[in-house]
Amino acid sequence: MRELALIAIPLLAAVGAFVWSKERTRPWLLPVAGTVHTAMAFWLMAKPPTLKADAWFGLDPVARAVLPMVSVLFLVCSVYAVAYLRIRAERKNRVFVTALLVLLGLLSLALQAQSLGLLWVAAEGATLMTVPLLHFNRTARAFEATWKYLLVGGTGIALSLLGSFCLGYSSLHGGGGGDLTFSALTSQGDALSRPWLVAAWVLLLAGYGTKMGLAPMHTWKPDAYGEAPGVVGALLAGGMTTVAFVAILRVKQVVDAAGAGAMTERTLLAFGLFSMLVAALFLLGTPDFKRMLAYSSVEHMGILTVGAALGGMGIWAALFHVWNNSLTKGALFLSAGNIRRAAGGRTVDEVAGMAWLAPRSARILVAGLLAITACPPFGPFFSELRIVRTAFETGSVWTAAAFLGCLLLAFFGLTRLVFAIVDGRPRAAARAQGRLFRETAGVIVPPLIFLGCSLWLGLATPSLLRETWDAAARLLSPRP
Amino acid sequence: MTGGLNLLIALAMGLNLVALASSRLPSVIRAAATQGMVLGLLPLLLEQEFHWMVGLVSVGTVVVKGFVIPHLLRRALRAANIDREMEPLLGFIPSLLLGAGATIGAVALGGALPLRPEHANSLLVPGAFATVVCGFLLLMGRAKAISQVCGYLILENGIFLFGLLLIRTTPLIVEAGILLDLTVAVFVIGIIVDRIQREFDTLDTRKLTSLKE
Amino acid sequence: MTTAFDILLRLLLWLLLAPLVPGIINKVKAWVAGRRGPPVLQLYYDLAKLWRKGVVLSTAVSPGHIAGTAVAWMALVLAALLLPAGPAGAPLAFRGDALLFVYLLALARFCTALAALDTGSAFEGMGAAREVSYAVLGEAAIITALIALSLQTGSVSLTTMLAPAAGAGAALLAAGLFAVLLAENCRVPFDDPNTHLELTMIHEVMVLDHSGPPLAAVLHGASLKLLMFSVLLVQAVLPAGELSPLTAACALAGSVLAVAVGVGLVESLLARLAFRRVPLLLTTAFLLCLFAALVSWRGGHL
Repeated sequence: MRELALIAIPLLAAVGAFVWSKERTRPWLLPVAGTVHTAMAFWLMAKPPTLKADAWFGLDPVARAVLPMVSVLFLVCSVYAVAYLRIRAERKNRVFVTALLVLLGLLSLALQAQSLGLLWVAAEGATLMTVPLLHFNRTARAFEATWKYLLVGGTGIALSLLGSFCLGYSSLHGGGGGDLTFSALTSQGDALSRPWLVAAWVLLLAGYGTKMGLAPMHTWKPDAYGEAPGVVGALLAGGMTTVAFVAILRVKQVVDAAGAGAMTERTLLAFGLFSMLVAALFLLGTPDFKRMLAYSSVEHMGILTVGAALGGMGIWAALFHVWNNSLTKGALFLSAGNIRRAAGGRTVDEVAGMAWLAPRSARILVAGLLAITACPPFGPFFSELRIVRTAFETGSVWTAAAFLGCLLLAFFGLTRLVFAIVDGRPRAAARAQGRLFRETAGVIVPPLIFLGCSLWLGLATPSLLRETWDAAARLLSPRP
Repeated sequence: MTGGLNLLIALAMGLNLVALASSRLPSVIRAAATQGMVLGLLPLLLEQEFHWMVGLVSVGTVVVKGFVIPHLLRRALRAANIDREMEPLLGFIPSLLLGAGATIGAVALGGALPLRPEHANSLLVPGAFATVVCGFLLLMGRAKAISQVCGYLILENGIFLFGLLLIRTTPLIVEAGILLDLTVAVFVIGIIVDRIQREFDTLDTRKLTSLKE
Repeated sequence: MTTAFDILLRLLLWLLLAPLVPGIINKVKAWVAGRRGPPVLQLYYDLAKLWRKGVVLSTAVSPGHIAGTAVAWMALVLAALLLPAGPAGAPLAFRGDALLFVYLLALARFCTALAALDTGSAFEGMGAAREVSYAVLGEAAIITALIALSLQTGSVSLTTMLAPAAGAGAALLAAGLFAVLLAENCRVPFDDPNTHLELTMIHEVMVLDHSGPPLAAVLHGASLKLLMFSVLLVQAVLPAGELSPLTAACALAGSVLAVAVGVGLVESLLARLAFRRVPLLLTTAFLLCLFAALVSWRGGHL
């Protein structure tokens, strides 16, 4: 029952934050809850609790492989959030802090859910909790982004529920007793009714793919990431998408066990490569550096999906990449948030010369750019290399070629935009704004920690992590 | 038993088309609410003997989908002082014909998918698919926020209809999940509607176009 | 000899009863509005008066103007001969007469529109354009309704098609046919037979330049069409073939009366639709008939 604490701690902290009366001290609940949560998560990763066979939730190898990452992401973001909320002291933060904590609890629940129904409920709750976070800024653009997020995300979540029902009916038709846990569904094997299984896979992939932001269901992403505060963007890009990806992996496990592995691999590969291509093309065109991060996120979701499609070692590499992408994205989102505040603008027309106005943030942004475009000492390089190697080993040369081509295009797009805002002469309006923004430790240290994590994962991946990814990949893809 | 069940589901499918053809917001809200109430009666018809859980789901569905949510929507309509015309992005006749096509397609699809013997003669599966598609059409084809919410409600009704296939075997958590989802979703949407209105003085989502590539 | 006499007798019955229906409708409307209203036999007086009057023709018209009106009336009378009237059956019945029935109605409409266009007046042209553009949708609905009946009975002869009840889709079919009845006969909510604003009229505006006996033919033809549609609607739903002749005759008469009262009530209680809404309602009627057809096709399997 220790794993229940991972869900209970943030939820209790959320209740605490809601009743806490002091605006100034309330944000400190975030790092406190984050620290406890991270400590619990790593302790449970090292000493995993036993998993009951028919339990509805539990810390199985897959949850073990990604949940600590979400904890770390939240902890570092929460430190930043304290500094951010101090800058934005004019806004009430009761709802914001509470929603962040509930979001952490629901993400932990969704990652640990062993039942299709529970997974859906948690994902739905997390989606709704994001809404107050997205319209924290209360501008017209923030409302528009929130509205699109609700409509597209709500439709996605509805489709995934329909898919869950189809999978349940598939099991029922195949003689199952209505047990919707993943272990029960997997053990049914090819007794599952095939037409319903196909319908379920299509709907679940579309539904959770929408949450994950795979093209062409990615349309909410640039708007939401562009308008949300940096902390929220980092948590969405690193936490929410991970939940959706894990959901797709778990469903894929069931569908593979039923003997439809060829179908899942083909569809995932198509979605993955298409997302990478769409994201790369948009990266070449967008003038807005916060939307750029969203397209980069779409691209990396494509990378994860391609990894999942390759199976076996590809899934291992995808789990590795989940860590790399989320933590590196954290650095990018937080430093981009700093630059956004310092420059008072968001497009290349308004922003330039940030190397003079916000030198530390600009440096972090450039380093993060190098990390996310897979330059060697950073983690993403190694995970993407592993995916390419797996593609060659399984004989999918064309997949590898398309994958590398999209990476190259994305590299052009990202560097074009980042150097355009870092270099050049600062705009006159931005100079006045930039003097108001001070790069305090609170807003500089968190992205630095993320960069450090990314570097550490690349140079010396801890063996504990490797073991958990091994176990998860073995569970998800039983082939040798 | 199956006759009564099928009649109610056919009624729900008809209400889809009514919603698609309505040109005024109150009538769409009414169609969605009536459909919710019709669907709320279905769990009672499905079960041979009365079970308190099923009764609770039934009552809950009728109250929430038939009264609470329509009331919230009507209040938003009044509070925001919205013009009651629908302003379709997709014309009424095309959406009506598409909806009818989807209904026919759903019946054909329901015939093609393998069903358990106790569901073989019911319209549950075609009704669910038709309702989901019609909800989707309404969601995509109307410009006003409230009509999009109604489309979402109809979409959810379709999913609820599908969930009835599993009501005997799975715990009712999924059912509870839907109700929870609906209340919260509409609650949140209501707040957003309020905000949009305050910002733009209109509930026309076509004005929400500053974010685009 | 008996056959010819029989046909003549039934024809007389159709021709004589037809003007009664608009009279009933007007009486119902007057009653709902709390007026005394014109007598039920008013249309008979009007027809007699028009028959005695002379004809005033526009200088622009060709002989086609009178001929069109005459052919339209003849086509409607022929269509009436194909339609079975309860226990009496149809004067003329053969395989495929359902198709001829639809074509005769279309021919009547074509000739009316032609006669209207022949006057060379802009108003008449506009009315004719409206009439035929709505007819496209209305005809789709009535053909689908006949297909539904044909699928139900496996026959293409009106006598056998209309004998049994319409089965599971009866309610859908009745609703669809009632809407078509209102549209085809230019009643509210599609058109207002009482309006005298040329710009808003559909049917009335086509006959503005008719006078004397041709106008009488047009008015009588319209009432005949209304009676035919009521009989068609009633028999599609009513299992006339399974009742005893006397009951069937009474049921038929009573139901036609009910339809007339229904039309009167609709006219009193509803406002006419805006023009742009009319196609939507007709599409709805078409879909109702389509679903009735699907129910009679697949209904047995479900």
